[in-house]
Amino acid sequence: MAVKFSILSDFAVRALKANKMRSFLTMLGIIIGVGAVVLMMSIGQGTQAQVMANINRLGTNMLMISPGASGQFGVRSGTTNTMTLKDATAIAKLDGVAGVAPTVRTSGLVTYGNQTWTTSATGTTPAVVDISSLTVAQGRFFDDTDVQSISAVAVLGQTVYTNLYPNGANPIGTEIRIKNVSFRVIGLLQSIGAGMGGNDQDDVIYIPVTTAQIRMSGITNQAINMMQVQVASKEQMDSVQNAIETLLRTRHRLAATAADDFRITNMAQIQETAASVTGSMILFLASVAAISLIVGGIGIMNIMLVSVTERTREIGVRMAIGASRQDILSQFLLEAVMLSLLGALLGIIFGIGGAKIFAFFAKMAAPISISSILISVGFSIVVGVFFGYYPATRAARLNPSEALGYE
Amino acid sequence: MAIREAIRDGADKTAQASSFPLIHCRGLVKVYPLSGVEVHALRGVDLEIKQREMVAIMGPSGSGKSTLMNIIGCMDKQTSGDYYLNGVDVSKLDENGLAATRNANLGFVFQRYNLLARATALYNVELPLFYAGMAGAEAEAKAMAALDQVGLHDFSQHWPNQMSGGQQQRVAIARAIVKRPLVILADEPTGALDTVSSKDIMEIFQKMHREHGATVVVITHEPFVADFCQRKVVIRDGQIISDDQVPNWHDV
Ligand SMILES: Nc1ncnc2c1ncn2[C@@H]1O[C@H](COP(=O)(O)OP(=O)(O)OP(=O)(O)O)[C@@H](O)[C@H]1O
Ligand SMILES: [Mg+2]
Repeated sequence: MAVKFSILSDFAVRALKANKMRSFLTMLGIIIGVGAVVLMMSIGQGTQAQVMANINRLGTNMLMISPGASGQFGVRSGTTNTMTLKDATAIAKLDGVAGVAPTVRTSGLVTYGNQTWTTSATGTTPAVVDISSLTVAQGRFFDDTDVQSISAVAVLGQTVYTNLYPNGANPIGTEIRIKNVSFRVIGLLQSIGAGMGGNDQDDVIYIPVTTAQIRMSGITNQAINMMQVQVASKEQMDSVQNAIETLLRTRHRLAATAADDFRITNMAQIQETAASVTGSMILFLASVAAISLIVGGIGIMNIMLVSVTERTREIGVRMAIGASRQDILSQFLLEAVMLSLLGALLGIIFGIGGAKIFAFFAKMAAPISISSILISVGFSIVVGVFFGYYPATRAARLNPSEALGYE
Repeated sequence: MAIREAIRDGADKTAQASSFPLIHCRGLVKVYPLSGVEVHALRGVDLEIKQREMVAIMGPSGSGKSTLMNIIGCMDKQTSGDYYLNGVDVSKLDENGLAATRNANLGFVFQRYNLLARATALYNVELPLFYAGMAGAEAEAKAMAALDQVGLHDFSQHWPNQMSGGQQQRVAIARAIVKRPLVILADEPTGALDTVSSKDIMEIFQKMHREHGATVVVITHEPFVADFCQRKVVIRDGQIISDDQVPNWHDV
């Protein structure tokens, strides 16, 4: 009995076309809402991906050990020269430890010929290559022999290289001076890029840890600033962390009541925290955007109610020539759903466009997830049906003779 | 569908026996509850209209003419009394049945034309066909034929605001006849038109009646319009006070 869907759709399309400006303004709320959902999800997921990538670069199955007790609010206090190279060697022998990179940092002036550059030199062991995912572009990294023999050899990061060798000369074999100590350059690293805090991870010089401890500081056997411990697998993170704690407490002869004189940071935990923080950020952004979708739906209801009142005579005419209440209801419902669906499509286009622009200027990926598109289209249909239903029933309830007499 | 066919079948049978009343009202009463006060618009109307009749309904303003036509046109329900359209008790029909009856068996013409403003003449005439599920070339051909009959073949692509009142009313008539209804119901169709256009409109109704055997009911205030009809019914205060054949009927 009810009229064919294609015919009703045509009625709805005509009604929407008859008042293009109003139809567009009605859709605007949905366009903005859906656009916001798509854009926010995209930015959120892009940010999350970048944060996770940065944490991953620090190493996932990694423990960072720094000297000094962790006080309130994570402020380090107490003596800071408690860790030694021997601690590092002992930790390296523990079960589940894949590698240990102790580091000693010194900063100061670096010179090559008449070029100078102020940076910090990191004294470490060859284990750092795997732990920090370094790639040697030219030459070689120093090896254990260099560490044992306290060699004065250095491996340069790209930033240091371009500043010391502005005309792009081959650095391998050249002599540079770090804080007035002479070093031979044996390797050049590939570029890594900016780190989490925007720090330049290419502004580095690696030298053997022993050389840093003995030749670079006034005092002999300078303490270790930090140790990076690579754990063989994620499952062993906790057991290795406990083992290191016990080992260091024994080695440092701490009484049972004494606090640790070192601090272990578990990168897996940081990763989990970051994932949950960025996850709730995405949820927050999406729900703010979703609220604007609901506001858009209320806009549709508002305009549809006005439209039903304005078109009362038209509804009367349609009923007089044979439209059933079901036909009138369907037509107005279709108009509402078409408005919200078309609004959703335009919103998706604007959302994707906005994400692309954001990605371009923020220089980071802003992936468009199919799920955010499906969710916002689905939500828009629900909004259209929900907020279109009441005006549509108002239209369908009209009495034909009274609707025709309506002024 | 079944109802539509039932009423149609009845019409075909009565084509031979034209004494059978197409419209049969018995003791029609309509009371409007208007803010506490009851308005008695119809106070017991008995009316029979046979097939191929052309009837004028006259009477002062507020006498209940439109109320009667709305009930005959299945747009409103009587408070009490019986109404049979071609033998079918209309009060037994549900909403869908009423809509289908209006679509298939009744053609309305209103004083204010009531065309869709944002559509061409052709689309306005096609509209009843669309609600019957017809579309495309078939609907267009039927609508063009109806426009031809009212002499508006060349105006099919015009919008209502590009046509005179008389032309708009002819589009409305084309819309009313496009489905070949049992009855054409016109509520003051010439009320907004000058004498010349009014005569044009009435001549079209006469042509429908003469050439296609249409049954026509016209509400009017103007005697010269009523003179186009074969029979004149006068209503006052919700009751029929006279029901006469017109002596010098214009029809041949
Ligand atoms: N929807 C309604 N609600 C309440 N009262 C109504 C309604 N429609 C009509 N009436 C009343 O019913 C009575 C008859 O009205 P109706 O419209 O049938 O008169 P009419 O003969 O068509 O008059 P006119 O010649 O002015 O068109 C009037 O008193 C009118 O006020
Ligand atoms: Mg009236």
